[in-house]
Parts: sequence; structure tokens; C-alpha cells
Amino acid sequence: MPFFLFRRVLSTAPVLVIVALIVFMILRLTPGDPAAALVGDNGTSADIARIHASLGLDRPLPVQFVKWTGQLLQGNLGDSYYMKQPVTRLIAQRIAPTLSLSALTLVITLLLAVPLGVIAASRHGGWLDRMLMGLSVMGFSVPSFVVGYILIWAVALHAKLLPVQGYASLSAGIGPWLTHLILPAITLSIVYLALIARVTRAAVAEALTEDYIRTARAKGISEARVLIRHALANAAVPIVTVIGIGVGLLIGGVVVTETVYAIPGLGQLTVDAVLARDFPLIQGITLFFSFVYVLINLLVDMSYLLLDPRIRY
Amino acid sequence: MRDFDFQTAASSAAEPAATVLAVNNLTIALPAGADRPHAVRHVSLDVRQGEIVCLLGESGSGKSVIAQAVMGLLPASLKAVDGGIELLGEDVLTASPDRIRQLRGEKMAMVFQEPMTALNPIMRCGAQVDEMLAQHSRAGVGERRRRILEIFAHVRLPEPERIYASYPHQLSGGQRQRIVIAMALILKPSLLICDEPTTALDVTTQAEILKLIRELQTESGTAVLFITHDFGVVAEIADRVVVLRLGDMIEQGAKLQVLQQPREPYTRMLLAAVPALVPRTRPPVEKAYPLLDACGIGKTYVTGSWPARKRKVQAAIDVSLMVHPGETVGIVGESGSGKSTVARCIARLIEPSAGDIFANGRSVAKARGRALYPFRRGVQVVFQDPYRSLDPRQTVGASIVEGPLNFGVPYAQAWQRAEELMTLVRLRPDALNRYPSEFSGGQRQRISIARALACEPKVLIADEAVSALDVSVQAQILELLDDIQQRLRIGILFITHDLRVASQICDRVIVMRRGEIVEEGAIQDVFLAPRHEYTRALLAAAPGRDFAFGAA
Amino acid sequence: MSDDHDPMTLAAPGAILANLEVVPAIRSRTPLWRRVLRNWSVRLGCGALLLLIFVAVAAPWLGTIDPTAMDPSSANLLPGVRAEFSDLSGATFQHFFLMGTDSLGRDIWSRVVYGARVSLSVGISVAVLALTFGALVGVAAGYFRRLDDILMRAMDSLMAIPSILFAITLMALWRPTLVTVIVAITIPEIPRVARLVRSIVLTIREEPYIEAAISLATPTVKILWRHILPNAIAPLIVQGTYVCASAILVEAILSFLGVGLPPDIPTWGNVMADGRMQFNQYPQTVLFPGVFLALTVLAVNILGDGLRDTLDPKFNKRGS
Repeated sequence: MPFFLFRRVLSTAPVLVIVALIVFMILRLTPGDPAAALVGDNGTSADIARIHASLGLDRPLPVQFVKWTGQLLQGNLGDSYYMKQPVTRLIAQRIAPTLSLSALTLVITLLLAVPLGVIAASRHGGWLDRMLMGLSVMGFSVPSFVVGYILIWAVALHAKLLPVQGYASLSAGIGPWLTHLILPAITLSIVYLALIARVTRAAVAEALTEDYIRTARAKGISEARVLIRHALANAAVPIVTVIGIGVGLLIGGVVVTETVYAIPGLGQLTVDAVLARDFPLIQGITLFFSFVYVLINLLVDMSYLLLDPRIRY
Repeated sequence: MRDFDFQTAASSAAEPAATVLAVNNLTIALPAGADRPHAVRHVSLDVRQGEIVCLLGESGSGKSVIAQAVMGLLPASLKAVDGGIELLGEDVLTASPDRIRQLRGEKMAMVFQEPMTALNPIMRCGAQVDEMLAQHSRAGVGERRRRILEIFAHVRLPEPERIYASYPHQLSGGQRQRIVIAMALILKPSLLICDEPTTALDVTTQAEILKLIRELQTESGTAVLFITHDFGVVAEIADRVVVLRLGDMIEQGAKLQVLQQPREPYTRMLLAAVPALVPRTRPPVEKAYPLLDACGIGKTYVTGSWPARKRKVQAAIDVSLMVHPGETVGIVGESGSGKSTVARCIARLIEPSAGDIFANGRSVAKARGRALYPFRRGVQVVFQDPYRSLDPRQTVGASIVEGPLNFGVPYAQAWQRAEELMTLVRLRPDALNRYPSEFSGGQRQRISIARALACEPKVLIADEAVSALDVSVQAQILELLDDIQQRLRIGILFITHDLRVASQICDRVIVMRRGEIVEEGAIQDVFLAPRHEYTRALLAAAPGRDFAFGAA
Repeated sequence: MSDDHDPMTLAAPGAILANLEVVPAIRSRTPLWRRVLRNWSVRLGCGALLLLIFVAVAAPWLGTIDPTAMDPSSANLLPGVRAEFSDLSGATFQHFFLMGTDSLGRDIWSRVVYGARVSLSVGISVAVLALTFGALVGVAAGYFRRLDDILMRAMDSLMAIPSILFAITLMALWRPTLVTVIVAITIPEIPRVARLVRSIVLTIREEPYIEAAISLATPTVKILWRHILPNAIAPLIVQGTYVCASAILVEAILSFLGVGLPPDIPTWGNVMADGRMQFNQYPQTVLFPGVFLALTVLAVNILGDGLRDTLDPKFNKRGS
């Protein structure tokens, strides 16, 4: 068994390498002089020369890549131009709010989406199913920043119930932490919820057509048990897979949500970096998030071992 | 064996046993748009304590629908519109869902057709049976486990404790079916319904399961409703027989009476279509030159990647055979015997790991791509599943002309050949513009044969070509193949697991087991005087072997 | 095959024809396109989309003025106001501001209507490009085992980079034009399409009729084109609508964050970005385009669901 796990972990290495390669190539494949693109319209030739030197752009590509990867492996993501600090330090400073927001979103989503999906699947074709699926299409379609503004407008400005913007860390107490995060978490979770609910419904509905469900019913056990212990348990693998893939959506949503609610997290940092055309910072954050995504999906893959005894790596 | 059956039938007629299941004038409607208004119409039958009633019919006869109706498992689109079903005197059609759930397991139980998918793949086998016990009885955990292990031993599962802790995918089809039977019988229900429980199993496993069901039933006096399409099975275990056709009951009666003196023409037709186990006499084959010569075919699959150790699976080992003009060579074996692997190697759908294949004097074992084209002209394949061997998005005509067009035949000529071939397989040529979905299974198989013949092959490889067809349709296809062979003098390599089919059509037969040839020779010799013990076991396991079918 | 074994010479044609089986006439099956059009989701989605296309094309004639024309004196007018508008060239005229104006005095209704052009062109272009490239990669990976491993690793890696971050990164480097926005949004969408096509190809490759085609000596290219691709078209179209919806959203987000098209070109995201600062007092700048955006994406998604339910129920589990 350990052999198999080891092999699975090892197979993520090529993925990470290719991710690094892609991010690396993005800058180098820009038409024209990459340094000029970075400096923008107001740069001087001195700026361009400086960037050339600091990024080593005159060296042959493979050499650049090796040097750059070497830095990566040492945990060095480069230095931000405008904030004049190592990217890693910036990320470490801003990670807490993003982590809190993501965690809260995940909890809300999973607590709601899976049960809703199971209920919709069990009432397949009925009015409840149709209504839930209609809601999920809407959840998919309304952009999160629009939802954010509507929520702010309705709840915070008019009803004055919750703080509009900003973030309070856990050390200030659970109350403020929660009240500041609840609106952003709801905003962020809507898309994720819609996705997971849909996939749960589809997976459970398909599991319900399998032969072993017929056997289970023929045994005379309760319908609830058939739904959960037989159908949902077998649908677990595709559902967990989509939860993993949906993290990509979550990360994109974090950027927008933090902007709308002025939460000083990694999303906000990304936007600041983009507006300032601070390329090392953008690159560093992109790499960081990509690695997190790969890691989470690796955990998802490993969870298959628990969920389905037929899967052996 | 015949006399024994007669005596039990006579003795049970002396004291009428209690009726466990009574189906009265049952009519179940199909949803609008189906090809007929009712799934079953005015069907009445009953099953008494201690007897096995076989419900016999071809596909679409409605036999499974009756079983589902009894268990309350009918899909929502099917509704009973007339008649009633009584289980031990209680009406089950109008019973509440809770009452039905109570009855399931305690009073009635069902065994289904596909053992490979009947069990929840992510739950241990013991737990699945335990779930049912926990629902219906008040026994404690230890007591439940004891009872489960006991019944596992009773259904002849080896090492019940290990099986208790296993997952379904770790067990064979036969073992899984025993677990399903154990699960059905653990609460000692009065009625056991078996819906084609052995159709998906090998013939030797089938024989064991049939024997098991018969023994358990005799022991506890359970009433059994056994659904099947196989007359051999009926001959083997039935007390009484009910024959269904397209939802109507055609005939019913005691087994011997229905099988030996059928009243209805449909029953007579079905009985005549069952191939005899005794090989027919066939015209002699002149062994002038072989159309196909396979020497020492071997196929090894390597599984497992680093760092796990590589495992070698030898699907075929040193198989040699020859096919002459006008000769049908059969390969028979159970699942895992390697017969399909050999066929696909010879057809060059896969590449053999060892050995060589000669056709027209040329070696083709290692050839690839364009080099294989002349070979493909001469050797064509007819596949098993008629519903998936034709591209659903192409007209039937396009499928048939595809081969000749690939070989450079001009379109007009290819189309004309297609029309001739449709006539040869006894379908109207103007149907060439229809799509496969508009044809029945038997018709589609004929189209597949026409498609194969369009290339003007010298050898036809039929890979379980009739296994998915009803027995009456099967008889037609076998006759068609025979006819084609007589006229065109082609050689046929026929793969099958069904010994009766082999008897019907083969001149020579090769018996395979676990990748190796166990016995081969003229079919009369092998079937009437088998030398190898495996061949003997295969022949002994064929259900209804003592019954002379197809004669008359 | 020598002539004396030709089947047709061996039997009298008349007798044979009389005994041939007649294929039962087909029960009247509604042709596919009619079933598609009868579906309510398809009708709703298609109708909304057509309406939007009409609005986008007929923009100059729908009571709009130049969407880039600024008039600081008419800034932040509330919706439904009829007022005077003087543009930079000095000309003044009366105009009915259906949706009010933004902080620079630009008419929101005009900007929304012209913005539809951008959103639609981005959505449709991205969908077409992503489908084409994704299908190529997917077919190659699904049919040729040797290519599968390397191609899927590349696709997995591309998927690992969150699509918005990828687009943002690209846009930070390139000049923001319509073409670069389209390319930046297309690239992250390709892996999902490739995965879908690959799984379809893998399934179809196992079908016996593909083996039959191989044994009939059909060349590989022909197998791909005639047997495999037609079965992939339906799920591809469904996926295409989802890609289109997603692309419209991503474009809006990019503009909203300030990395999409330049602020003077009216796109829904840009209009909303403008209105961010004054959202509390003048919500119309964010809400109107927001509603349009939501309804458009909703319509396309509903269209996709309807197509999925009618075109190929077998494959509706994949994708989404």
C-alpha cells in the first residue's frame, strides 16, 4: 500500500513542473520585449535594462528556467517591484483572511449542497427537483460581484445589520470575525454551491439506476438508508472529484469577492499587483495558488482510497 | 432422473399443497408510445408450497415484469390495470409501501440476473446481509453474524469468515450469486423469485447454482418462481411450466407434459428451435488446403507499473488450428478460457505475442496497417452484440459498403453488391436506407453478416455471434450461416460458450480452458466420446442434457 | 469468387423476394431538430439570446447616443430623467436617460447596449476557439494511447492554474485589445473541453462498431471523422454553450478588475467598475449592467441545459 501512495504522490511532480513551465513561458513568450511590456508605457530604457538584468532575460531560455526553478525550490518566489519585499513574505502576511474566507465558504457549501443534491435526486423530475435545479442555474449565472453589491446594499446599508467591508481576525474574537466574513462567504459560496448541488444530484440520480439499488430495495430496507448508504456512498467519488476541481472556481471567486468587500487578503493583493503591473508578484501568487490547487486535488485523489475499495494505486 | 421427477410430481399430487403465490388475471399497462399497450395481459398462474414453477419466454414476453409486480418493484411508468396478486392470501398490489417493505425478505425474496452488479460495490458482503437482518429481526450483532456465517456455509461458500469481510469485487460471479441467494433465503421466505439467475454465469457454475437452488428449496419447502428463457434449465429443475409470449400466457402445465406434448404451435416452434446436444451429421469436408492456418498462438498481457511488480497474464497459450473451405471450426470454453482472445488474435484485431498466422500463404501475425489490408479482405468478423456492432449514426447501406469502398471497389458496384447481400440474408434491399435502430436484434445480426460478406471473404470469424439472440432467432441465424457456407464454400471459425450451438453448426471443435487447448477433434468424437475430464465436466453440466430437444 | 458460386445465379429472383423479411415501418419519430426546438429551456434561452443579438446589432437605432461621449455637467443623473446633454464638441440636445448617467456623464443605457456587442463577440469567439482546439487535443489523446499521457498531463497542468488568474496574468503583459482578451480567456477553457472530448472518444473507441470498422480496413482518419466525431458533436455543442456563458462572465470580471478592455470601450464590466466607488449613492451604474450580465449568462446556461436534455441524454453527466 505505501508503494502505491508513494507512486501517486510522485505523479504530481510532472504536473507541478509543467505548471511552473507554463507560468515561466507566459512572460517569455510575450511578443516584443518582455521587459518593455512589464515596464509599461512610462518606462525608461534604464528601467528596461534593470528588469533585463534582474530577470536574466538575455540568457538562453533553458538556463533561465533552471535558475528560476532553482530559486523556486528554495522557496524564493522573487521580489515584488513596488512593495520592495519578497513575494513570499507578502503572501504570508495576507494569507490569513483568505484562508478564513475559504474555510467558511467550504463549510457553508458542503453543509448545504450535498443534502440539497440528494433530495433533488430522490425527487427526480418532481417540482422540488426542478426548483432546486432552477436555483442552481441562477447561482451559476449571476456574477459574484453583482451578488456582492446587492447583498451589501440590502443587508448592510439599509438594514444596517452587518459590517459592509473589512476583516477582523480571529484574535479579535469569534463574533466580529464571523460578522465580517458571513456576507462575503455567502457571496462566494453561491457559485460553488450551485456546482456541487448539481453534480451531487446527477451522481446520486445515476447511482439510483444501478442494479444494487434494486437489490437493496428488494431487501426491504428503508428508502432513506438506500439513498444514503447505497446511492450517495457510491456517488461519493465523482462528488469529491468536483469539490476538488471547484477549488479553481473558488480561487477565482476569492479575487473578486475580496475586492468587493475590501478584505485585505491574497485576492486583494492580486488586484493591487495587477494594477501596478508588478509582474513578480502576479507570477508568485499564480504559482502559489496553482500549487495549492494541485495539492488539494492530490488529497482528493488519496481520499478515493477511503471511499472506494476497488481503487488501488 | 426422469423417473424420479415423475414420482415426486405424482406424490405431491396426492395432497394439494398450500398456494403461496396466486396471480389472477393480471394486466399491466405500458406507457403510451410503446410497441404494445400491455406488458402482460390477463396472466394467471400460481405457485404452491414446495414446487418450482418456471416462467418461460423470449425477450419482451413480460416475464420480468410479473416478478417485479409481485415484489412491488415495478417502475413508476408501469401500472397494474386489472387483476390481482396474492401472496399467502394477502393482496400485494394494493398493500402500502411500508407493508411491502416488511414482506420483502420475510415472506418473499428475489434473486436477479446479473450477479456482478447486484451487490453494493463499496460495502462488505457480510455487512450487506447484516443490513437486511437488522431491518427485519431483533437479533443482536453477534447473533446476526452467527446466522450469516451459517447460511454462507449452507450455500457452499468457501471460508465464510473471509467472504464475510470481503468486498464484492474480490469474488467471482458464482460466489456473488451465492451471496445473493443467501441474502434472499436467510429469513426463510415463503416465496423465492429467481429472475434468470444463471444466465450470466458459466455453464459449470450454472449447474452448481441450479443444484443449490433445488436443494435449498426441497429442504425448506419454499415456493420458487423461476424465470428463464432456456429450455434446458426448465428441463433440469421445473415442476411446472408457464409459457409467455409478448405478454400473453400461451400454455401452462406440468413439465413433462409441456416439453413432450406441447399443445400450442408457439411452444412447439420454440422446442423445435432448441439445438440438440447431440451433433448433427454434416457433409464431409475436403481438406485440400487451409484457408487459415494459425500456429502456436499465444497472448500475454502485462499489468502493473512501477514500483509494483509486473504481473503476466497468459490469455492464450500455444493454440493452433486450421480452417478449410466449407468447414466450420468451433472453439468452445467458459469465460476466461481465452477463446475470444484467440479469435481476436486470428482476426488481427490484436497482435499475438507468440505464434504465426498464415492466410493465402502469407504471414500476418506481425503485420500492421496497410500490410494487413489483403488479409482483411479475406478474413472478416461478425461480433456478439447486435445492438452495438453497427454505427447508429450511419445507414445500414453505408455500413455495408464501407468495406468494399475501402478496397477500391467503385461505389455503384459496391451498392449493388449490398443489395444482393441483403437479399442473401433475407432482408429487403430497399431497407438499405434505414438506420440500425429500426431493426430487431436478429435482423441487425443479419446485416452484420452481410457487411462481413461484402468484402468477399474466404473466412468468417463469428465471435459469439448468436449468444445475444432469442432461441428462435438464433435458429434462423444458424441456418442462414449454414446456407451461406454451402453456397459460398467459406470457412467459419465459430466461438461460443453454448455447447448446443456448437453441436448444431460445427464440423470440428476445440475445447479451451484457461488459455490452453484441452481437447480437439471432429465434433462427433469430442461430444459423444470426450477424452479429457474437463470436456466431460462441460458436457455433464449442460442443463437438460438428458432431454432430446430439437428432434421432431 | 468464381461465377458459379455467385449467390444470385443460384435462385430465381421472384421467389426470393417474396420470402424476404419486411422491416417494420418506423413509428413516427419526431426528427431531432423538432424535439430540440420544442424544449422550453431551449426556447427561452434561444429567444433571450436572439433578443440580445438584435439589441447589440441594432444599437445605434435604439435610442442611444455615443457611448463614449462625456458631459460632466450631466453626471450621476438618476434613471428616467430627461435632460440636456452637451458633448465635447459643444452641441447640445435633449435626451431621455433610461438608465441615468455615470460619474463622467455618460449615458448608461447606451454603454450597456454597446457593451452587449463586446460580451457577445467575446462569448461566441471563445466558445468556437475553445471547442476547436479542445476537440483536437481530446481526439488525439483519446484515440492514440501514446499521446494520451503527455497531453493529459499538459491539460491537467493548465487546469491547475485558476482560469481568472491565468487570464489576469496574460492581460497584465499584453496590450488589452479584443483579440488579446479573447485569447486570454480561451486558453484556460481548452483543458475542460479536451477532457470531455477525450472521455467521449474513449467510450466510443470501445464500441464493437469501431472494431468492425478496423476489421473492414477503414483507415484511422476515416474512423475518427465518420464514426467518432459525429457522436461527439452533441455533447460538444452543449459544452460550447457553457463555455460561452463562462467566457462572458470572465470578460466582465476582467474589466471589473481593471485588466480587460480599456475603460473608454464600453463593456459591462467596465461600466460596473466605474460605478464601484459611488455605489452607495448611485447604484444604477453597477446594478443595470449587472442585471443585463446576469440575465445574459442565465439565458445561455438555460439554453445549454435545454440542449443537453434533448440532444444527448447519455452524455449529460460529463462536463458542467
